Amino acid sequence: MDGLFLLEVTLAGIGGGGLYALAGLAFVMIYKATRVVNLAIGEMLMLGAYAFFAFAAGLQWPIPAAIAAAIVVSGLLGGVVERLAIRPMLGESPISVFMVTVGLGSIMVGLVELIWSADQRRLPEFIPNEPIFLGEAFISSKIFYSFVVAVLLVGVSLAIFRWWRGGVALRATASDQAAAYAMGINVPRVFSLAWMLAAALAAVAGIAVGAIGGISSSMGVFGLSVLVVVIVGGLDSVLGALLAGLLIGVLEAWAGAYLGGEYKLLVTFLVLVGVLMLRPYGLFGTPEIERL
Amino acid sequence: MATVDPVLRVEGLTLAFGGVKALNGVGFDVRPGSITTVIGPNGAGKTSLFNTISGFYRPLEGSVFFEGRDITRLPAPRRARLGLARSFQNIALFRGMSVLDNIKLGRHCQLKTNIFQSLFYLGAARREEMELRADIEARIIDFLEIDHIRHAPVAALPYGLQKRVEMARALAMQPRVLMLDEPVAGMNREETEDMARFILDVNAEWGVTVLMVEHDMGLVMDLSNHVVVLNFGQVIAQGEPARVQADPEVVRAYLGSGDVSELRARLRGGRARPQVEGGDLPCGGGAAGHAPAGGGRAAAQEGV
Repeated sequence: MDGLFLLEVTLAGIGGGGLYALAGLAFVMIYKATRVVNLAIGEMLMLGAYAFFAFAAGLQWPIPAAIAAAIVVSGLLGGVVERLAIRPMLGESPISVFMVTVGLGSIMVGLVELIWSADQRRLPEFIPNEPIFLGEAFISSKIFYSFVVAVLLVGVSLAIFRWWRGGVALRATASDQAAAYAMGINVPRVFSLAWMLAAALAAVAGIAVGAIGGISSSMGVFGLSVLVVVIVGGLDSVLGALLAGLLIGVLEAWAGAYLGGEYKLLVTFLVLVGVLMLRPYGLFGTPEIERL
Repeated sequence: MATVDPVLRVEGLTLAFGGVKALNGVGFDVRPGSITTVIGPNGAGKTSLFNTISGFYRPLEGSVFFEGRDITRLPAPRRARLGLARSFQNIALFRGMSVLDNIKLGRHCQLKTNIFQSLFYLGAARREEMELRADIEARIIDFLEIDHIRHAPVAALPYGLQKRVEMARALAMQPRVLMLDEPVAGMNREETEDMARFILDVNAEWGVTVLMVEHDMGLVMDLSNHVVVLNFGQVIAQGEPARVQADPEVVRAYLGSGDVSELRARLRGGRARPQVEGGDLPCGGGAAGHAPAGGGRAAAQEGV
Protein backbone atom coordinates (compact mmCIF):
# COMPACT_ATOMS: atom_id res chain seq x y z
CA MET A 1 0.00 0.00 0.00
CA ASP A 2 2.61 2.50 -0.97
CA GLY A 3 2.36 5.81 -2.77
CA LEU A 4 3.20 4.32 -6.13
CA PHE A 5 0.38 1.82 -5.86
CA LEU A 6 -2.04 4.59 -4.93
CA LEU A 7 -0.83 6.59 -7.90
CA GLU A 8 -1.29 3.67 -10.27
CA VAL A 9 -4.75 2.93 -8.96
CA THR A 10 -5.69 6.60 -9.23
CA LEU A 11 -4.40 6.82 -12.79
CA ALA A 12 -6.37 3.72 -13.74
CA GLY A 13 -9.40 5.32 -12.12
CA ILE A 14 -8.97 8.51 -14.06
CA GLY A 15 -8.57 6.45 -17.22
CA GLY A 16 -11.77 4.54 -16.58
CA GLY A 17 -13.43 7.79 -15.51
CA GLY A 18 -12.72 9.20 -18.96
CA LEU A 19 -15.13 6.64 -20.40
CA TYR A 20 -17.73 7.53 -17.77
CA ALA A 21 -17.29 11.16 -18.72
CA LEU A 22 -17.74 10.36 -22.41
CA ALA A 23 -20.87 8.30 -21.82
CA GLY A 24 -22.09 10.93 -19.36
CA LEU A 25 -21.65 13.59 -22.02
CA ALA A 26 -23.80 11.54 -24.39
CA PHE A 27 -26.48 11.30 -21.71
CA VAL A 28 -26.38 15.00 -20.88
CA MET A 29 -26.54 15.94 -24.56
CA ILE A 30 -29.83 14.10 -24.93
CA TYR A 31 -31.16 15.41 -21.65
CA LYS A 32 -30.31 19.02 -22.36
CA ALA A 33 -31.69 19.08 -25.87
CA THR A 34 -34.79 16.94 -25.42
CA ARG A 35 -35.36 16.72 -21.65
CA VAL A 36 -35.44 12.95 -21.94
CA VAL A 37 -33.85 10.91 -19.15
CA ASN A 38 -32.41 8.17 -21.31
CA LEU A 39 -32.11 4.99 -19.31
CA ALA A 40 -30.97 3.09 -22.39
CA ILE A 41 -27.60 4.85 -22.41
CA GLY A 42 -25.79 1.66 -21.33
CA GLU A 43 -27.53 -0.35 -24.04
CA MET A 44 -26.56 2.28 -26.61
CA LEU A 45 -22.97 1.69 -25.59
CA MET A 46 -23.49 -2.02 -25.97
CA LEU A 47 -25.04 -1.65 -29.41
CA GLY A 48 -22.08 0.42 -30.56
CA ALA A 49 -19.67 -2.23 -29.32
CA TYR A 50 -21.60 -5.00 -31.07
CA ALA A 51 -21.76 -2.99 -34.28
CA PHE A 52 -17.98 -2.74 -34.14
CA PHE A 53 -17.79 -6.47 -33.40
CA ALA A 54 -19.96 -7.20 -36.43
CA PHE A 55 -17.83 -5.14 -38.77
CA ALA A 56 -14.42 -6.10 -37.37
CA ALA A 57 -14.91 -9.78 -36.48
CA GLY A 58 -17.91 -10.68 -38.62
CA LEU A 59 -17.11 -8.89 -41.87
CA GLN A 60 -13.36 -8.82 -41.20
CA TRP A 61 -13.11 -5.15 -42.06
CA PRO A 62 -9.90 -3.33 -41.13
CA ILE A 63 -10.14 -1.88 -37.64
CA PRO A 64 -10.32 1.84 -38.53
CA ALA A 65 -13.05 1.17 -41.10
CA ALA A 66 -14.92 -0.97 -38.60
CA ILE A 67 -14.74 1.76 -35.95
CA ALA A 68 -15.96 4.39 -38.41
CA ALA A 69 -18.75 2.14 -39.61
CA ALA A 70 -19.82 1.33 -36.04
CA ILE A 71 -19.96 5.04 -35.21
CA VAL A 72 -21.99 5.86 -38.32
CA VAL A 73 -24.39 2.95 -37.87
CA SER A 74 -24.90 3.81 -34.19
CA GLY A 75 -25.48 7.46 -35.03
CA LEU A 76 -28.10 6.57 -37.62
CA LEU A 77 -29.69 4.16 -35.19
CA GLY A 78 -29.84 6.95 -32.62
CA GLY A 79 -31.69 9.07 -35.17
CA VAL A 80 -34.10 6.23 -35.94
CA VAL A 81 -34.80 5.64 -32.25
CA GLU A 82 -35.50 9.33 -31.74
CA ARG A 83 -37.81 9.49 -34.72
CA LEU A 84 -39.75 6.30 -34.01
CA ALA A 85 -39.82 6.03 -30.24
CA ILE A 86 -39.10 9.42 -28.72
CA ARG A 87 -40.66 11.99 -31.05
CA PRO A 88 -44.15 10.47 -30.84
CA MET A 89 -43.87 10.89 -27.07
CA LEU A 90 -43.40 14.65 -27.38
CA GLY A 91 -45.60 16.38 -24.86
CA GLU A 92 -46.21 13.24 -22.81
CA SER A 93 -45.24 13.20 -19.16
CA PRO A 94 -41.50 12.82 -18.47
CA ILE A 95 -42.21 9.55 -16.64
CA SER A 96 -43.80 8.03 -19.74
CA VAL A 97 -40.84 8.96 -21.91
CA PHE A 98 -38.51 7.63 -19.23
CA MET A 99 -40.39 4.30 -19.33
CA VAL A 100 -40.08 4.24 -23.11
CA THR A 101 -36.31 4.43 -22.77
CA VAL A 102 -36.41 1.55 -20.27
CA GLY A 103 -38.29 -0.45 -22.90
CA LEU A 104 -35.81 0.61 -25.56
CA GLY A 105 -33.00 -0.78 -23.42
CA SER A 106 -34.75 -4.15 -23.16
CA ILE A 107 -35.37 -4.24 -26.88
CA MET A 108 -31.71 -3.56 -27.59
CA VAL A 109 -30.61 -6.31 -25.20
CA GLY A 110 -33.08 -8.69 -26.84
CA LEU A 111 -31.86 -7.77 -30.28
CA VAL A 112 -28.25 -8.41 -29.35
CA GLU A 113 -29.10 -11.77 -27.73
CA LEU A 114 -31.10 -12.81 -30.81
CA ILE A 115 -28.25 -12.07 -33.15
CA TRP A 116 -25.15 -12.83 -31.11
CA SER A 117 -26.55 -14.87 -28.16
CA ALA A 118 -25.94 -13.93 -24.54
CA ASP A 119 -22.40 -15.27 -24.48
CA GLN A 120 -19.52 -13.03 -23.65
CA ARG A 121 -17.29 -12.21 -26.62
CA ARG A 122 -13.90 -10.71 -27.07
CA LEU A 123 -13.33 -7.85 -29.45
CA PRO A 124 -10.43 -8.22 -31.87
CA GLU A 125 -7.27 -6.83 -30.32
CA PHE A 126 -6.48 -3.48 -31.83
CA ILE A 127 -5.01 -1.39 -29.05
CA PRO A 128 -1.21 -1.57 -28.77
CA ASN A 129 -0.41 -3.85 -25.89
CA GLU A 130 2.91 -2.64 -24.50
CA PRO A 131 2.38 -1.09 -21.05
CA ILE A 132 2.65 2.63 -20.61
CA PHE A 133 4.73 4.17 -17.85
CA LEU A 134 4.16 7.65 -16.54
CA GLY A 135 7.33 8.14 -14.56
CA GLU A 136 7.38 4.98 -12.48
CA ALA A 137 3.65 4.41 -12.52
CA PHE A 138 2.32 1.70 -14.75
CA ILE A 139 -0.92 2.11 -16.69
CA SER A 140 -2.61 -0.51 -18.80
CA SER A 141 -2.33 0.61 -22.40
CA LYS A 142 -6.00 -0.04 -23.12
CA ILE A 143 -7.09 2.25 -20.34
CA PHE A 144 -4.55 4.84 -21.36
CA TYR A 145 -5.61 4.94 -25.00
CA SER A 146 -9.32 4.90 -24.15
CA PHE A 147 -8.70 7.87 -21.93
CA VAL A 148 -6.89 9.73 -24.71
CA VAL A 149 -9.73 9.00 -27.11
CA ALA A 150 -12.30 10.09 -24.53
CA VAL A 151 -10.48 13.36 -23.95
CA LEU A 152 -10.22 14.01 -27.69
CA LEU A 153 -13.89 13.30 -28.27
CA VAL A 154 -14.99 15.43 -25.34
CA GLY A 155 -12.86 18.23 -26.79
CA VAL A 156 -14.39 17.83 -30.24
CA SER A 157 -17.89 17.79 -28.75
CA LEU A 158 -17.25 20.96 -26.80
CA ALA A 159 -15.88 22.63 -29.93
CA ILE A 160 -18.99 21.58 -31.80
CA PHE A 161 -21.22 23.06 -29.12
CA ARG A 162 -19.27 26.27 -29.19
CA TRP A 163 -18.67 26.93 -32.85
CA TRP A 164 -20.71 24.81 -35.19
CA ARG A 165 -24.10 26.24 -36.06
CA GLY A 166 -25.76 22.92 -35.31
CA GLY A 167 -24.10 22.93 -31.90
CA VAL A 168 -25.24 26.47 -31.25
CA ALA A 169 -28.75 25.45 -32.28
CA LEU A 170 -28.45 22.59 -29.80
CA ARG A 171 -27.47 24.93 -26.98
CA ALA A 172 -30.23 27.35 -27.88
CA THR A 173 -32.80 24.57 -27.92
CA ALA A 174 -31.52 23.30 -24.58
CA SER A 175 -31.86 26.78 -23.13
CA ASP A 176 -35.31 27.71 -24.41
CA GLN A 177 -37.24 25.59 -26.85
CA ALA A 178 -39.93 28.11 -27.71
CA ALA A 179 -37.42 30.86 -28.31
CA ALA A 180 -35.29 28.58 -30.47
CA TYR A 181 -38.37 27.72 -32.47
CA ALA A 182 -39.16 31.39 -32.96
CA MET A 183 -35.58 32.05 -34.07
CA GLY A 184 -36.09 29.76 -37.04
CA ILE A 185 -34.25 26.82 -35.49
CA ASN A 186 -35.74 23.53 -36.61
CA VAL A 187 -36.22 22.04 -33.15
CA PRO A 188 -37.27 18.52 -34.23
CA ARG A 189 -34.11 18.32 -36.31
CA VAL A 190 -32.09 19.41 -33.30
CA PHE A 191 -33.69 16.52 -31.37
CA SER A 192 -32.55 14.09 -34.06
CA LEU A 193 -29.12 15.64 -34.08
CA ALA A 194 -28.77 15.31 -30.30
CA TRP A 195 -29.72 11.63 -30.37
CA MET A 196 -27.42 10.91 -33.29
CA LEU A 197 -24.43 12.64 -31.75
CA ALA A 198 -25.08 10.99 -28.39
CA ALA A 199 -25.42 7.56 -29.95
CA ALA A 200 -22.16 8.07 -31.84
CA LEU A 201 -20.35 9.12 -28.64
CA ALA A 202 -21.87 6.17 -26.80
CA ALA A 203 -20.65 3.86 -29.54
CA VAL A 204 -17.07 5.02 -29.08
CA ALA A 205 -17.36 4.58 -25.32
CA GLY A 206 -18.87 1.15 -25.92
CA ILE A 207 -16.04 0.06 -28.20
CA ALA A 208 -13.50 1.19 -25.60
CA VAL A 209 -15.31 -0.54 -22.74
CA GLY A 210 -15.60 -3.67 -24.87
CA ALA A 211 -11.93 -3.57 -25.77
CA ILE A 212 -11.01 -3.42 -22.08
CA GLY A 213 -13.43 -5.94 -20.65
CA GLY A 214 -15.04 -7.82 -23.54
CA ILE A 215 -18.63 -7.50 -24.71
CA SER A 216 -21.81 -9.24 -23.65
CA SER A 217 -25.50 -8.57 -23.70
CA SER A 218 -25.29 -7.49 -20.07
CA MET A 219 -22.64 -4.82 -20.56
CA GLY A 220 -25.45 -2.24 -20.42
CA VAL A 221 -24.91 -2.41 -16.66
CA PHE A 222 -22.17 0.12 -17.35
CA GLY A 223 -25.09 2.48 -17.89
CA LEU A 224 -25.94 2.25 -14.17
CA SER A 225 -22.63 3.84 -13.27
CA VAL A 226 -23.16 6.41 -16.02
CA LEU A 227 -26.50 7.24 -14.45
CA VAL A 228 -24.78 7.79 -11.13
CA VAL A 229 -22.24 10.00 -12.87
CA VAL A 230 -24.83 12.26 -14.47
CA ILE A 231 -26.97 12.50 -11.36
CA VAL A 232 -23.95 13.37 -9.25
CA GLY A 233 -22.79 15.90 -11.84
CA GLY A 234 -26.24 17.37 -12.37
CA LEU A 235 -28.41 16.08 -15.20
CA ASP A 236 -28.11 19.19 -17.30
CA SER A 237 -24.46 20.04 -16.76
CA VAL A 238 -21.79 19.07 -19.27
CA LEU A 239 -19.02 20.15 -16.90
CA GLY A 240 -20.71 18.18 -14.12
CA ALA A 241 -20.81 15.01 -16.20
CA LEU A 242 -17.12 15.33 -17.09
CA LEU A 243 -15.92 15.96 -13.54
CA ALA A 244 -18.28 13.46 -11.95
CA GLY A 245 -17.14 10.90 -14.53
CA LEU A 246 -13.54 11.26 -13.36
CA LEU A 247 -14.58 11.35 -9.70
CA ILE A 248 -16.64 8.18 -9.90
CA GLY A 249 -13.90 6.50 -11.93
CA VAL A 250 -11.31 7.23 -9.27
CA LEU A 251 -13.60 6.27 -6.38
CA GLU A 252 -14.41 2.95 -8.06
CA ALA A 253 -10.74 2.26 -8.63
CA TRP A 254 -9.87 3.04 -5.01
CA ALA A 255 -12.71 0.90 -3.71
CA GLY A 256 -11.73 -1.93 -6.03
CA ALA A 257 -8.08 -1.80 -4.99
CA TYR A 258 -8.42 -1.28 -1.24
CA LEU A 259 -11.75 -2.87 -0.39
CA GLY A 260 -12.19 -5.43 -3.14
CA GLY A 261 -14.09 -5.47 -6.45
CA GLU A 262 -17.46 -6.17 -4.83
CA TYR A 263 -17.34 -2.80 -3.08
CA LYS A 264 -17.08 -0.76 -6.28
CA LEU A 265 -20.80 -0.33 -6.87
CA LEU A 266 -21.46 0.03 -3.15
CA VAL A 267 -19.16 3.02 -2.95
CA THR A 268 -20.57 4.53 -6.16
CA PHE A 269 -24.11 4.35 -4.91
CA LEU A 270 -23.18 5.61 -1.45
CA VAL A 271 -21.81 8.69 -3.18
CA LEU A 272 -25.05 8.94 -5.13
CA VAL A 273 -27.13 8.79 -1.95
CA GLY A 274 -24.90 11.37 -0.30
CA VAL A 275 -25.12 13.79 -3.21
CA LEU A 276 -28.86 13.35 -3.50
CA MET A 277 -29.27 14.19 0.17
CA LEU A 278 -27.00 17.23 0.14
CA ARG A 279 -27.47 18.58 -3.39
CA PRO A 280 -30.50 16.92 -5.00
CA TYR A 281 -29.84 18.67 -8.30
CA GLY A 282 -26.26 17.41 -8.53
CA LEU A 283 -22.95 19.15 -8.06
CA PHE A 284 -23.33 21.46 -11.06
CA GLY A 285 -26.95 21.02 -12.06
CA THR A 286 -29.56 23.74 -12.23
CA PRO A 287 -31.63 23.80 -9.06
CA GLU A 288 -35.22 22.85 -9.72
CA ILE A 289 -34.73 21.65 -13.25
CA GLU A 290 -38.03 19.82 -13.38
CA ARG A 291 -41.03 21.86 -12.35
CA LEU A 292 -43.76 19.33 -11.85
CA MET B 1 -56.86 55.51 -46.94
CA ALA B 2 -55.67 53.72 -50.07
CA THR B 3 -56.06 49.99 -49.99
CA VAL B 4 -52.65 48.39 -49.79
CA ASP B 5 -52.07 44.66 -49.86
CA PRO B 6 -51.76 43.61 -46.22
CA VAL B 7 -48.38 42.23 -45.17
CA LEU B 8 -50.17 39.91 -42.79
CA ARG B 9 -53.76 38.79 -43.07
CA VAL B 10 -55.63 36.64 -40.59
CA GLU B 11 -58.85 35.07 -41.82
CA GLY B 12 -61.52 33.26 -39.84
CA LEU B 13 -58.98 31.93 -37.36
CA THR B 14 -60.47 29.44 -34.93
CA LEU B 15 -58.42 27.68 -32.28
CA ALA B 16 -59.77 25.29 -29.68
CA PHE B 17 -58.25 23.73 -26.59
CA GLY B 18 -60.52 20.79 -25.90
CA GLY B 19 -63.97 22.29 -25.93
CA VAL B 20 -62.83 25.82 -25.21
CA LYS B 21 -62.56 28.09 -28.19
CA ALA B 22 -59.60 30.34 -27.57
CA LEU B 23 -60.10 32.01 -30.94
CA ASN B 24 -63.35 32.12 -32.82
CA GLY B 25 -63.32 33.37 -36.38
CA VAL B 26 -60.70 36.04 -35.84
CA GLY B 27 -59.88 38.09 -38.90
CA PHE B 28 -57.96 41.29 -39.53
CA ASP B 29 -55.32 42.81 -41.79
CA VAL B 30 -51.95 44.25 -40.90
CA ARG B 31 -50.99 46.96 -43.36
CA PRO B 32 -47.32 47.18 -44.31
CA GLY B 33 -45.51 49.82 -42.35
CA SER B 34 -48.22 50.08 -39.73
CA ILE B 35 -48.18 49.59 -36.00
CA THR B 36 -51.11 47.33 -35.33
CA THR B 37 -52.05 46.49 -31.77
CA VAL B 38 -54.22 43.72 -30.42
CA ILE B 39 -55.88 44.57 -27.13
CA GLY B 40 -58.46 42.82 -25.00
CA PRO B 41 -59.12 41.77 -21.43
CA ASN B 42 -57.11 38.95 -19.85
CA GLY B 43 -57.94 35.61 -21.40
CA ALA B 44 -59.33 37.19 -24.55
CA GLY B 45 -57.00 35.09 -26.69
CA LYS B 46 -54.33 37.63 -27.57
CA THR B 47 -51.36 35.42 -26.88
CA SER B 48 -53.13 32.44 -28.47
CA LEU B 49 -53.55 34.60 -31.56
CA PHE B 50 -49.84 35.43 -31.51
CA ASN B 51 -48.90 31.80 -31.08
CA THR B 52 -51.10 30.83 -34.00
CA ILE B 53 -49.68 33.52 -36.25
CA SER B 54 -46.11 32.56 -35.44
CA GLY B 55 -46.85 28.87 -35.91
CA PHE B 56 -46.77 27.49 -32.36
CA TYR B 57 -50.42 26.47 -32.50
CA ARG B 58 -52.30 24.92 -35.39
CA PRO B 59 -55.69 26.56 -35.94
CA LEU B 60 -58.81 24.45 -36.25
CA GLU B 61 -60.04 26.64 -39.06
CA GLY B 62 -58.97 29.74 -40.88
CA SER B 63 -55.80 30.93 -42.52
CA VAL B 64 -52.82 33.16 -42.01
CA PHE B 65 -51.40 34.95 -45.04
CA PHE B 66 -47.96 36.51 -45.04
CA GLU B 67 -47.23 38.78 -47.98
CA GLY B 68 -50.01 37.15 -49.91
CA ARG B 69 -48.79 33.62 -49.22
CA ASP B 70 -50.78 31.12 -47.20
CA ILE B 71 -48.52 30.13 -44.30
CA THR B 72 -51.15 28.36 -42.18
CA ARG B 73 -49.48 24.97 -42.56
CA LEU B 74 -45.91 26.23 -42.33
CA PRO B 75 -43.94 25.24 -39.19
CA ALA B 76 -42.73 28.04 -36.94
CA PRO B 77 -39.05 28.00 -37.98
CA ARG B 78 -40.01 28.43 -41.64
CA ARG B 79 -42.18 31.40 -40.76
CA ALA B 80 -39.33 32.92 -38.81
CA ARG B 81 -37.11 32.60 -41.85
CA LEU B 82 -39.72 34.35 -44.00
CA GLY B 83 -39.37 37.38 -41.77
CA LEU B 84 -41.87 36.93 -38.97
CA ALA B 85 -40.00 37.66 -35.75
CA ARG B 86 -41.52 37.71 -32.29
CA SER B 87 -40.85 38.37 -28.65
CA PHE B 88 -42.52 36.60 -25.78
CA GLN B 89 -44.74 37.74 -22.98
CA ASN B 90 -42.55 35.97 -20.45
CA ILE B 91 -39.04 36.73 -21.53
CA ALA B 92 -37.62 33.81 -23.51
CA LEU B 93 -33.94 34.60 -23.76
CA PHE B 94 -31.24 31.96 -23.90
CA ARG B 95 -30.13 32.11 -20.30
CA GLY B 96 -26.52 31.25 -19.71
CA MET B 97 -25.49 33.03 -22.89
CA SER B 98 -24.28 36.58 -23.22
CA VAL B 99 -26.30 39.44 -24.66
CA LEU B 100 -24.27 39.37 -27.86
CA ASP B 101 -24.67 35.61 -28.28
CA ASN B 102 -28.40 35.94 -27.81
CA ILE B 103 -28.65 38.62 -30.43
CA LYS B 104 -26.42 36.71 -32.83
CA LEU B 105 -28.71 33.72 -32.54
CA GLY B 106 -31.37 35.86 -34.15
CA ARG B 107 -29.37 35.76 -37.33
CA HIS B 108 -28.52 32.11 -36.85
CA CYS B 109 -30.85 30.62 -39.41
CA GLN B 110 -29.59 32.89 -42.18
CA LEU B 111 -25.95 31.85 -41.83
CA LYS B 112 -24.68 29.41 -44.38
CA THR B 113 -21.28 28.06 -43.39
CA ASN B 114 -20.83 24.34 -42.81
CA ILE B 115 -19.41 22.46 -39.86
CA PHE B 116 -15.78 22.33 -40.99
CA GLN B 117 -15.66 25.99 -41.91
CA SER B 118 -17.08 26.96 -38.55
CA LEU B 119 -14.95 24.59 -36.48
CA PHE B 120 -11.73 25.76 -38.03
CA TYR B 121 -12.99 29.28 -38.52
CA LEU B 122 -12.13 29.18 -42.20
CA GLY B 123 -12.56 31.98 -44.72
CA ALA B 124 -16.26 32.02 -45.30
CA ALA B 125 -17.14 31.45 -41.67
CA ARG B 126 -14.80 34.17 -40.54
CA ARG B 127 -16.13 36.64 -43.10
CA GLU B 128 -19.71 35.82 -42.25
CA GLU B 129 -19.06 36.17 -38.54
CA MET B 130 -17.33 39.50 -39.06
CA GLU B 131 -20.13 40.88 -41.21
CA LEU B 132 -22.74 39.64 -38.77
CA ARG B 133 -20.96 41.23 -35.87
CA ALA B 134 -20.42 44.53 -37.60
CA ASP B 135 -24.03 44.69 -38.63
CA ILE B 136 -25.31 43.81 -35.20
CA GLU B 137 -22.97 46.19 -33.44
CA ALA B 138 -23.67 49.11 -35.69
CA ARG B 139 -27.36 48.77 -36.19
CA ILE B 140 -28.94 46.88 -33.37
CA ILE B 141 -26.78 47.31 -30.30
CA ASP B 142 -26.19 51.02 -30.77
CA PHE B 143 -29.76 51.57 -31.79
CA LEU B 144 -31.22 49.91 -28.71
CA GLU B 145 -28.60 51.46 -26.45
CA ILE B 146 -27.40 48.17 -24.99
CA ASP B 147 -23.76 48.77 -25.83
CA HIS B 148 -22.67 48.69 -22.20
CA ILE B 149 -24.08 45.22 -21.50
CA ARG B 150 -23.15 43.36 -24.65
CA HIS B 151 -20.96 40.83 -22.86
CA ALA B 152 -23.11 40.50 -19.76
CA PRO B 153 -24.93 37.21 -19.19
CA VAL B 154 -28.60 37.88 -19.90
CA ALA B 155 -29.82 36.17 -16.75
CA ALA B 156 -28.19 38.85 -14.61
CA LEU B 157 -29.87 41.80 -16.33
CA PRO B 158 -32.79 43.76 -14.95
CA TYR B 159 -36.16 43.03 -16.46
CA GLY B 160 -36.44 46.09 -18.68
CA LEU B 161 -33.07 45.43 -20.28
CA GLN B 162 -33.93 41.77 -20.84
CA LYS B 163 -37.00 42.88 -22.76
CA ARG B 164 -34.80 45.14 -24.81
CA VAL B 165 -32.34 42.33 -25.55
CA GLU B 166 -35.23 40.19 -26.64
CA MET B 167 -36.29 42.88 -29.04
CA ALA B 168 -32.71 43.19 -30.29
CA ARG B 169 -32.64 39.47 -30.98
CA ALA B 170 -35.89 39.71 -32.91
CA LEU B 171 -34.49 42.62 -34.91
CA ALA B 172 -31.37 40.61 -35.74
CA MET B 173 -33.67 38.28 -37.65
CA GLN B 174 -34.20 41.14 -40.10
CA PRO B 175 -37.94 40.77 -39.83
CA ARG B 176 -40.59 42.14 -42.17
CA VAL B 177 -43.09 41.94 -39.35
CA LEU B 178 -42.04 42.28 -35.72
CA MET B 179 -44.47 40.74 -33.27
CA LEU B 180 -44.15 42.03 -29.72
CA ASP B 181 -46.08 40.30 -26.96
CA GLU B 182 -46.56 42.90 -24.23
CA PRO B 183 -43.33 44.81 -24.84
CA VAL B 184 -43.72 47.07 -21.80
CA ALA B 185 -45.48 44.75 -19.34
CA GLY B 186 -44.06 45.25 -15.87
CA MET B 187 -41.88 48.18 -16.87
CA ASN B 188 -41.62 51.43 -15.01
CA ARG B 189 -42.49 54.67 -16.69
CA GLU B 190 -39.00 55.46 -17.91
CA GLU B 191 -38.47 52.00 -19.36
CA THR B 192 -41.87 52.19 -21.00
CA GLU B 193 -41.04 55.48 -22.65
CA ASP B 194 -37.71 54.10 -23.92
CA MET B 195 -39.42 51.08 -25.36
CA ALA B 196 -42.10 53.22 -27.00
CA ARG B 197 -39.39 55.26 -28.66
CA PHE B 198 -37.64 52.12 -29.94
CA ILE B 199 -40.85 50.74 -31.36
CA LEU B 200 -41.61 53.99 -33.15
CA ASP B 201 -38.07 54.21 -34.53
CA VAL B 202 -38.00 50.61 -35.73
CA ASN B 203 -41.25 51.29 -37.47
CA ALA B 204 -40.38 54.66 -38.94
CA GLU B 205 -36.67 54.31 -39.70
CA TRP B 206 -36.39 50.64 -40.55
CA GLY B 207 -39.80 50.31 -42.12
CA VAL B 208 -40.57 47.24 -40.04
CA THR B 209 -44.25 46.51 -39.61
CA VAL B 210 -45.12 46.06 -35.95
CA LEU B 211 -47.86 43.84 -34.60
CA MET B 212 -48.11 43.95 -30.83
CA VAL B 213 -50.18 42.87 -27.90
CA GLU B 214 -50.22 45.41 -25.13
CA HIS B 215 -52.20 46.32 -22.05
CA ASP B 216 -50.79 49.77 -21.47
CA MET B 217 -53.54 51.83 -23.08
CA GLY B 218 -51.46 54.96 -23.10
CA LEU B 219 -48.84 53.24 -25.19
CA VAL B 220 -51.43 51.59 -27.42
CA MET B 221 -53.23 54.81 -28.19
CA ASP B 222 -49.96 56.62 -28.59
CA LEU B 223 -48.29 54.29 -31.07
CA SER B 224 -50.90 52.37 -32.99
CA ASN B 225 -52.33 53.12 -36.39
CA HIS B 226 -54.77 50.30 -36.08
CA VAL B 227 -56.24 48.62 -33.04
CA VAL B 228 -57.91 45.21 -32.96
CA VAL B 229 -59.98 44.39 -29.88
CA LEU B 230 -60.40 40.77 -28.87
CA ASN B 231 -62.87 39.48 -26.31
CA PHE B 232 -63.61 35.82 -25.65
CA GLY B 233 -61.71 34.89 -28.80
CA GLN B 234 -63.64 37.18 -31.09
CA VAL B 235 -62.87 40.51 -32.70
CA ILE B 236 -65.38 42.90 -31.22
CA ALA B 237 -64.02 46.07 -32.76
CA GLN B 238 -61.17 47.30 -34.90
CA GLY B 239 -60.09 50.52 -36.49
CA GLU B 240 -58.33 53.72 -35.60
CA PRO B 241 -57.43 53.98 -31.93
CA ALA B 242 -59.72 56.90 -31.20
CA ARG B 243 -62.71 55.21 -32.76
CA VAL B 244 -62.05 51.91 -31.02
CA GLN B 245 -61.70 53.71 -27.74
CA ALA B 246 -65.15 55.19 -28.11
CA ASP B 247 -66.81 51.95 -29.14
CA PRO B 248 -69.48 50.99 -26.58
CA GLU B 249 -68.80 47.31 -27.23
CA VAL B 250 -65.18 47.79 -26.18
CA VAL B 251 -66.11 49.71 -23.08
CA ARG B 252 -68.46 46.91 -22.12
CA ALA B 253 -65.78 44.26 -22.66
CA TYR B 254 -63.44 46.02 -20.30
CA LEU B 255 -65.84 47.28 -17.69
CA GLY B 256 -68.47 44.58 -17.75
CA SER B 257 -72.04 44.84 -18.89
CA GLY B 258 -74.35 47.38 -17.36
CA ASP B 259 -75.56 50.69 -18.43
CA VAL B 260 -72.79 51.85 -20.69
CA SER B 261 -73.78 55.44 -20.82
CA GLU B 262 -73.92 55.58 -17.07
CA LEU B 263 -70.48 54.05 -16.80
CA ARG B 264 -69.23 56.50 -19.32
CA ALA B 265 -70.68 59.37 -17.41
CA ARG B 266 -69.16 58.08 -14.22
CA LEU B 267 -65.76 57.77 -15.85
CA ARG B 268 -65.97 61.24 -17.23
CA GLY B 269 -67.06 62.64 -13.91
CA GLY B 270 -64.89 60.52 -11.68
CA ARG B 271 -61.63 61.38 -13.35
CA ALA B 272 -61.44 65.06 -14.01
CA ARG B 273 -59.64 65.07 -17.31
CA PRO B 274 -61.21 67.73 -19.43
CA GLN B 275 -58.42 67.68 -21.98
CA VAL B 276 -59.30 64.17 -23.14
CA GLU B 277 -61.91 64.32 -25.80
CA GLY B 278 -64.46 61.59 -25.20
CA GLY B 279 -62.50 60.46 -22.20
CA ASP B 280 -64.17 57.08 -21.96
CA LEU B 281 -60.99 55.11 -21.75
CA PRO B 282 -61.59 51.44 -22.27
CA CYS B 283 -59.11 50.63 -19.60
CA GLY B 284 -59.79 50.83 -15.93
CA GLY B 285 -57.26 51.65 -13.28
CA GLY B 286 -53.55 52.16 -13.57
CA ALA B 287 -52.88 52.65 -17.22
CA ALA B 288 -55.47 55.40 -17.46
CA GLY B 289 -53.18 58.00 -16.03
CA HIS B 290 -50.80 57.46 -18.87
CA ALA B 291 -53.38 57.76 -21.60
CA PRO B 292 -54.22 61.41 -22.24
CA ALA B 293 -51.09 62.27 -24.12
CA GLY B 294 -51.89 59.42 -26.43
CA GLY B 295 -55.18 59.94 -28.10
CA GLY B 296 -54.27 63.14 -29.79
CA ARG B 297 -51.02 61.95 -31.21
CA ALA B 298 -52.30 58.67 -32.49
CA ALA B 299 -55.08 60.49 -34.25
CA ALA B 300 -52.57 62.83 -35.77
CA GLN B 301 -50.49 59.92 -37.01
CA GLU B 302 -53.51 58.28 -38.44
CA GLY B 303 -54.16 61.33 -40.56
CA VAL B 304 -50.79 61.07 -42.30
